[in-house]
Amino acid sequence: MIFQKSILALLFASGVGAVGALAAGPHALAVWRHWDLESGSARQLRLERRSTLVSTGMALLLTVQSVALLLFVFNADRMASQFVGAMCAVGTLRVDGFGFPALLAQVAAFFGSSVWLTMNAVDGRCRDRPLTRARSALLLALIPVLLLAFGLELAFFLGLDANVITSCCGSLFSIQAPGVGGDLAALPPGQAMTATFLLLGGTAAVAARTVHRGQGGLALGVAGILAFAVALAGIVAFVSLYVYEDPHHHCPFCLLKPEYGYRGYAFYVPLLAATSAALAAAALAPFASARERGPASAGRVRSATRALAGVALGGFVLVLLLMAWQVASSGLKLLAHG
Amino acid sequence: MSALIELSGVTKVFHEGRHNALVALEGIDLSIQEGRITVLKGPSGSGKTTLLAIIACLARPTSGRVRVAGEVVSNLPETFLAEVRRRTFGVVFQQFHLVAGLSALTNVMLPAYTTGRPHAEIARRAGALLDRLGLARLSGERVERLSGGEQQRVAIARALINDPPVVLADEPTANLDSALSADFLGILGGMRDEGRTVILSSHDPRVCEAPLVDHVVRLLDGKLAA
Amino acid sequence: MRNWISRQALLADYTLSALARRRGRNLALFTVYAGIVFVLASTMLFTHALRREAHALLAHSPEVLVQNLKAGRHAYLTQGDLDRLGRLRGVSRIEGRRWGYFFDPVFGATYTLMAPASESPGRGDLHVGDGVARVRGLSTGDTLALRSAAGELHVFTVKKVFSSESSLVAADLVLMHPADWEAFFQLPGGVFTDAALSVVNPLEVRSVARKIGERLPETRVILREEILRTYEALFDWREGLLLALASLAVAAFAILAWNQASGLSADERREIGILKAIGWDTRDVLTMKLWEGGLISGAAFSLGTLGAFVHVFHFEAALIVPVLKGWSVLYPRFVLTPSVDAVSLLTLGLLTVFPFTLATLVPAWRAAITDPDEVMRGTT
Repeated sequence: MIFQKSILALLFASGVGAVGALAAGPHALAVWRHWDLESGSARQLRLERRSTLVSTGMALLLTVQSVALLLFVFNADRMASQFVGAMCAVGTLRVDGFGFPALLAQVAAFFGSSVWLTMNAVDGRCRDRPLTRARSALLLALIPVLLLAFGLELAFFLGLDANVITSCCGSLFSIQAPGVGGDLAALPPGQAMTATFLLLGGTAAVAARTVHRGQGGLALGVAGILAFAVALAGIVAFVSLYVYEDPHHHCPFCLLKPEYGYRGYAFYVPLLAATSAALAAAALAPFASARERGPASAGRVRSATRALAGVALGGFVLVLLLMAWQVASSGLKLLAHG
Repeated sequence: MSALIELSGVTKVFHEGRHNALVALEGIDLSIQEGRITVLKGPSGSGKTTLLAIIACLARPTSGRVRVAGEVVSNLPETFLAEVRRRTFGVVFQQFHLVAGLSALTNVMLPAYTTGRPHAEIARRAGALLDRLGLARLSGERVERLSGGEQQRVAIARALINDPPVVLADEPTANLDSALSADFLGILGGMRDEGRTVILSSHDPRVCEAPLVDHVVRLLDGKLAA
Repeated sequence: MRNWISRQALLADYTLSALARRRGRNLALFTVYAGIVFVLASTMLFTHALRREAHALLAHSPEVLVQNLKAGRHAYLTQGDLDRLGRLRGVSRIEGRRWGYFFDPVFGATYTLMAPASESPGRGDLHVGDGVARVRGLSTGDTLALRSAAGELHVFTVKKVFSSESSLVAADLVLMHPADWEAFFQLPGGVFTDAALSVVNPLEVRSVARKIGERLPETRVILREEILRTYEALFDWREGLLLALASLAVAAFAILAWNQASGLSADERREIGILKAIGWDTRDVLTMKLWEGGLISGAAFSLGTLGAFVHVFHFEAALIVPVLKGWSVLYPRFVLTPSVDAVSLLTLGLLTVFPFTLATLVPAWRAAITDPDEVMRGTT
């Protein structure tokens, strides 16, 4: 079923991203080993020139890759009508064994890419290019992730077969289901809600502190990852119930369907943005102190950290408010009798 | 008076590490005073132009340090080097190097395009500069239709668009007759009177021996000559 | 931020004048580019519209259809068969349907002749779809003579012309009285083409199908969700195949773009050298070059998509219909309801603008790294 426009576009975006990163690999390695701004040697000049190309090119590829994550999920949801037994993206992703691994790899690639893009942008603004070596290392680390994401995506799409009877989300996200999905669905909604709201609020507070001080990116990164995981768990454990107004429907993917006004995107997009901003703030943390770097660069890194923390703050607060609004406006009343 | 530009141990090697490697400059120590007219003098191939390019932040030395207004620029990445260049230097090239097909006014405006100043403001300043150099009526004319002297004045206006404290000119009188050369030296004098620092490269005695030149630096085979 | 915008505006302005100065070369590239966008966009808009039509068509059709088979070929159902189906749990209604195809040799068109069980026209009367009315030049009150397969001439009066939001659904439809229908096709009384079952709960559809198979083993059971699935797969596949072929064109185009971008004329090289010498940096030149690509892309994308929109929705997609439609029924006219979806546009961008930008990036960078002091040293 590979001959479909969205699949072709996704494979193209992912493939070009992986190949591009691979092609930039030798350059990243050379930068990691030989970068020395003090030198005016021919090699250093070559590295600097090539850096412009690699920065611009990878910025383009990784931006497209990040958008492709949304298209991937959207497409999985759209294709559900082509498989017997599939009701939403879950059904499509489970047609073969590579669907969910591909999604996870895409999410990992998204976070890696967004951190790299931020480091790249901040680095371009500092005279002494403090992040150049670090972002080369990150690019090297991203190569296997991007290759894996492409490979899994290819395997997933090649394995799609209309004759496979797949299983719908009910078998993955219900109290009886084995595995993580089932465990999350089995969480008591009331407690899950309290935990989610507390953690999102706490992370927002950490972000606010970072906005204020321009430091503490590392703590924000850790809190951000935690908040991301807990928010996803919260969506399965209680948000979904209020959206569907059904005490047994826990699926976090049906939220993306047009029947529910695509409102899943309203949860996931700010959540992804906030989490990647928190991660990027953590990645900048080692460069925010003025000791080794020039004070000017440290200042720029700190102001970038502030901006990122601001995005994280806005994103997590937005997710929190959306969840609270969802609970308050739903026709389902769980907590009154549970 | 303080040194505006300081070079220490500057060396430039072209085609480094290859069989055709060429040492263009070697161990140059030089300081250039603010508000004066300095001439780099030497026969062709002596490294004048390369030295001018390094002073103007057009090229980075292979080794050695360059300071402009106290700030080390020899280790800046290209983007920031270009920023220093825009802020500090205006260059008049030997062949003028105007962009054919564009009007005199647009040519003058080009260096300011990347500064992010609004278009109207740049256009106003460019018009004023052309006016001052007596080219107001030719500002809409395409540059390739102008005479040599007019082209040079467009190039001078272009060098001044970002109001740089330092103006450099590479062999400015090579393509001019005596009358125009005298005009040009007059313009340079005017620039110095405005407080700008002027650096020229030349082997033309009309320039090197002109009374308004403050300082002559002699170059021979890529080294400073006594 | 204001500085950034102003800088971008100035770079774009410069780019525009540069493009204008090299008009001929850019025009050729632009034409090819817009042409490729046009073909891809036509394909996507057309299949998207077809998909919508199919959904509209099936939205009102029954969840389950039962057809009778004799020796593996289609046969008519009788009232007895319907009785044997009897009551099935989950089925809210069973209806025998009478319909058939009629080829009109005069106009070379095929009509669907149908006799609805309820609200059918009176004897000798017809309700016709707007497609049929247009082809035959009919309006209410006109008479229509049709020659049956047996050679007899049947004369009807048109009582109503109906239109629908989707022309695929009803354009070719002719409704008549059941007795007229039987007489026209010379069929015995009390036979049905197929039976339509309404099933309210989608989860019960499969078990209903299984039970029908048990009670009437010789029948074929068709589920609406299966048809939808088949349509989806069919449209997607055809569209994808055409796009895969077109991507060869995209690849060829990317090579052309690369060539164009790397084949800088001496003038252009000199110009970039000058810009760098007077204070532009590599990033500025690269931005300018990307603006160049962006402006060409934007214009070609808009023009190509707009052209495709007109082509598909006003000229019936005349250029790609033979490949994509594959309808067995000949429609006299085929006007699709205009609709555009964001995902198609996004995909289109991914398949055209993205490769173009990539293809021009490296040559643009090569041009941008021209040493600024080359100009001074007179090597350019």
